Amino acid sequence: MEWETVIGLEIHAQLATNTKIFSGASTAFGAEANTQACAVDLALPGTLPVFNESALRMAVMFGTAIDAEIGKVSVFDRKNYFYPDLPKGYQTSQLFYPIVGEGHIDIELEDGSTKRVGVTRAHLEEDAGKSLHEEFASQTGIDLNRAGTPLLEIVSEPDMRSAEEAVAYVKKIHALVTNLGICDGNMAEGSFRCDCNVSVRYKGEELGNRTETKNINSFRFIEKAIKGEVERQIDILEDGGRITQETRLYDADKDETRSMRSKEEANDYRYFPCPDLLPIVIDDEYIDAIRKALPELPDVRRTRFVDTYQLSAYDAGVLSAYKPLSDFFETVATISTDAKLSVNWVMGELSKHLNQHDTDIKNSPVSAQQLGGLLQRIKDNTISGNIAKKVFEAMWNEGGSADEIIEAKGLKQVTDTGAIEKIVDEVIANNQKQVDQYTAAEPDKRGKMIGFFMGQVMKASGGKANPGQVQGMMKQKLDALC
Amino acid sequence: MALNRTDVEKIAHLARLQIDENDVPEYATNLSNILDLISQMQSIDTSDVEPLAHPLDAVQRLRADSITEENQREHLQTVAPSVESGLFLVPKVIE
Amino acid sequence: MLNKTLAELAKGLDQGEFSSVELTQAYLERIKREDSKYNSFITVTEELALIQATAADETRSAGKATFMTGLPIAHKDIFCTQGVRTSAGSKMLDNFVSPYDATVIRQFNAAGAVTLGKTNMDEFAMGSSNESSFYGPSRNPWNTDHVPGGSSGGSAAAIAAGLAPAATGTDTGGSIRQPAAFCNLTGLKPTYGRVSRYGMIAYASSLDQGGPMAQTAEDTAMMMNVMAGLDPLDSTSADRQVPDYTANLDKPLAGLKIGLPKEFFAASLNPEMATLIHAAVKEYEALGAAVKEVSLPNTALSVPAYYIIAPAEASSNLSRFDGVRYGYRCEDPKDLEDMYKRTRGEGFGTEVKRRIMVGTYALSEGFYDAYYKKAQQIRRLIQEDFVRVLSEVDVIMGPTTPTPAFKLGEKTSDPVEMYMEDIFTLSLNLAGLPGMSIPCGMNNGLPVGLQIIGNYFAEEKLLNVAHKFQQATDWHTQKPAGL
Repeated sequence: MEWETVIGLEIHAQLATNTKIFSGASTAFGAEANTQACAVDLALPGTLPVFNESALRMAVMFGTAIDAEIGKVSVFDRKNYFYPDLPKGYQTSQLFYPIVGEGHIDIELEDGSTKRVGVTRAHLEEDAGKSLHEEFASQTGIDLNRAGTPLLEIVSEPDMRSAEEAVAYVKKIHALVTNLGICDGNMAEGSFRCDCNVSVRYKGEELGNRTETKNINSFRFIEKAIKGEVERQIDILEDGGRITQETRLYDADKDETRSMRSKEEANDYRYFPCPDLLPIVIDDEYIDAIRKALPELPDVRRTRFVDTYQLSAYDAGVLSAYKPLSDFFETVATISTDAKLSVNWVMGELSKHLNQHDTDIKNSPVSAQQLGGLLQRIKDNTISGNIAKKVFEAMWNEGGSADEIIEAKGLKQVTDTGAIEKIVDEVIANNQKQVDQYTAAEPDKRGKMIGFFMGQVMKASGGKANPGQVQGMMKQKLDALC
Repeated sequence: MALNRTDVEKIAHLARLQIDENDVPEYATNLSNILDLISQMQSIDTSDVEPLAHPLDAVQRLRADSITEENQREHLQTVAPSVESGLFLVPKVIE
Repeated sequence: MLNKTLAELAKGLDQGEFSSVELTQAYLERIKREDSKYNSFITVTEELALIQATAADETRSAGKATFMTGLPIAHKDIFCTQGVRTSAGSKMLDNFVSPYDATVIRQFNAAGAVTLGKTNMDEFAMGSSNESSFYGPSRNPWNTDHVPGGSSGGSAAAIAAGLAPAATGTDTGGSIRQPAAFCNLTGLKPTYGRVSRYGMIAYASSLDQGGPMAQTAEDTAMMMNVMAGLDPLDSTSADRQVPDYTANLDKPLAGLKIGLPKEFFAASLNPEMATLIHAAVKEYEALGAAVKEVSLPNTALSVPAYYIIAPAEASSNLSRFDGVRYGYRCEDPKDLEDMYKRTRGEGFGTEVKRRIMVGTYALSEGFYDAYYKKAQQIRRLIQEDFVRVLSEVDVIMGPTTPTPAFKLGEKTSDPVEMYMEDIFTLSLNLAGLPGMSIPCGMNNGLPVGLQIIGNYFAEEKLLNVAHKFQQATDWHTQKPAGL
């Protein structure tokens, strides 16, 4: 008998609206506590919700992007429970009639094949505030700035069979919502969070009891949490135990999931339609207009990158997954007119720097225009690739255009034939031993030996001599000695 | 429909209401009577009737996504029972 | 200058017989002197009233006065009023000084009205007698051993006792109409959505509706001109033209079709009251109306349906009272759950707790279909009854209440008996229709109300029908002894 893992995911994506789902307060991240919590967000007596049109538009954008049925009549329900960061004592959500119905998304597996994962539904709801447990000794502080931020909860079918598939799915949804511009995708700030429903069974048997691991906020943790949870469940079952259906927390420090102080009572959320809000009714015209205005989706872009720029499937996949990155790449490629060179730089030098400084491409100190300008100078032989790295370093640290830096630091490539010839002659004159070896060697070995002379010339020119020119001239002169 | 002590205590817990031990029987009686009154509904066949949630056949209006609320924290927190550093304080929440 | 209608007072202000400050002071003094008998105010806003009255007089001298400028009124203590305690009759909000104004308050302030104070009410509007108020019951000025009705009992008692010429109220199951009937007043529950609910502390959101309580239909119309209209802050407020409610008050009633639902004249109706209602209908016939019997077969089911829907919504609406951000918090909570339970256990009164529990139970797992969904289905049947009848007649008439004002304490021991008080009024809230109660006679020295029900947004018609009756009769001008 073989164990099979069954995974379903619930993703909470904060929608990138200016204001809350039901009030006119700002949703900007990082403000001082409770400065973005208005009377409605605080649930003052008598206050009422009014629905944000952007939240609706963004939810429909998502639905059309995954080919889902759009709820032409969707209804807000109240999910009742008490928690200090839930000001009304209920969360306004959509249970019975969600805005987005069944859809699907295709993920690419490691073996290169594609798998279709079903999306059960996606519904609109409001985020809760934050409870701060650490600041005070015997008290918890409540910050309601986040309360009422619109969320799209995206619920998958239990279609995934491994942690890797789950991560591929989450990355795909992440790419989609960021590409659509409906979520900033910032997992560290909690804009994009994931709950993992995991169970195991013997292949072909009924679904086992599942656990739900809440609020995991990085791709890596999703993978680790699922793997750990699968292992834990198999251990229990193989020891003859049973899996308790429960909510668990992933502890990244210990790399394990643990039970959330098991609430002895089963939750009874007493859902019912919210009487303060009316049914949201939309027509085909509204949906079609949104569908037509959809930006290019990641899958389409990936194919286009392969076709137009002849990128590898891997490069195209990475670039298209994140819109700011693919936009950056395309700008660089357009300016430099060399897609291959652009992808190498964006995925190489730039990504390395971004990783080292833990910076998102959106905040890159080197803009696409700057990098494109730099690559132009490589293309037109103003500088060599190695010099370009120095220019990039300066650009990253001090700013400025490639031309300004090249000029200021005197890094311009030497292409003056006379100047190069002078250095070449000097190198030949000063390295008699190597020249003798060269002339003595079989002709087919000489190609390799020329590297030494090249290095000497480049060194003597401070890296500025045009390598192509140096090579040609050096070969000509050495061969003449043979 | 007669509710007993356990029922009343369960409901009171769900609603986060502290009910005095001595008052539970009276609540049980009154709630049972109310449920009896309500049970009159069950005599009517409503299998083909669409539930009516809102008296008017209206649809949700949409609000423009522009910021209309400025920071009023000090003003709004004047009525709060316990506040420090701009946070509402509650007894420690254990997760 | 006291004991006048709003229309008369407006004339007096206009003609310079008295100023708004003089008028306001006269009312404030009378409240101070008399209200201990009626307990109709929870908070008297003397300072605010005098500031508003002074401003109103200035507006008038600047020639910018409109029909409401300088007229003093009282507000039910369910409307949030900035800088003023807004309690909803509950210990839970005894310390709650509202940081903002309800839309209705803002509308009256903008119209230049003067706020005398906030009136007593059943706690969170849950009650038919005003006896569930944390501030003690209000009393009926016609006989202080009797209740003024509820939940807008303080507003009714204040007007009947001459402590305010008019007041706002709210009606979730009869809370404007029943106290108006008990205190010989004219009260209008508008169509659901006609008046904004923003800032009106919610009891049952799909049933709650604010409205005016006054001495005459004309005054009621004047207040509707201030209160009615679309509010962008309330998703359920109606986007529909607001007429001038005073424009067609005098329209002749010849040809008016009146329906009398036989279910409203069933056994529970006191026979002497039935006689008074029939006499009032005769009066309408004399004014040219045609009367026919109609049937609203599901009337009796409005009580059970209401007592599921209202408590269910209330159980959720009142969850925000948790002691975290405002309002009452218990002393020294030992942990979070203790804080929730004691705050809510101590802050809410018995009837509120009872309704929260009924609602919690009705929505809990396994019961939703049998209770909440069933009630919403019955609600549809009740609405369909009205729609059918109102396609045949212009207005429906009947009693507002089965009996005149009962005695304090008479019905407090059995909540079900109290709930039956609302049998004639609840169905309108379930259907969302407008309804009025106007005085139509006396039974053992206590007023009796005639209920007039109209089609959706037919408030103008109702006011016209009420006004013509008041032109032909003088029941509405009668005052309690000693006034």
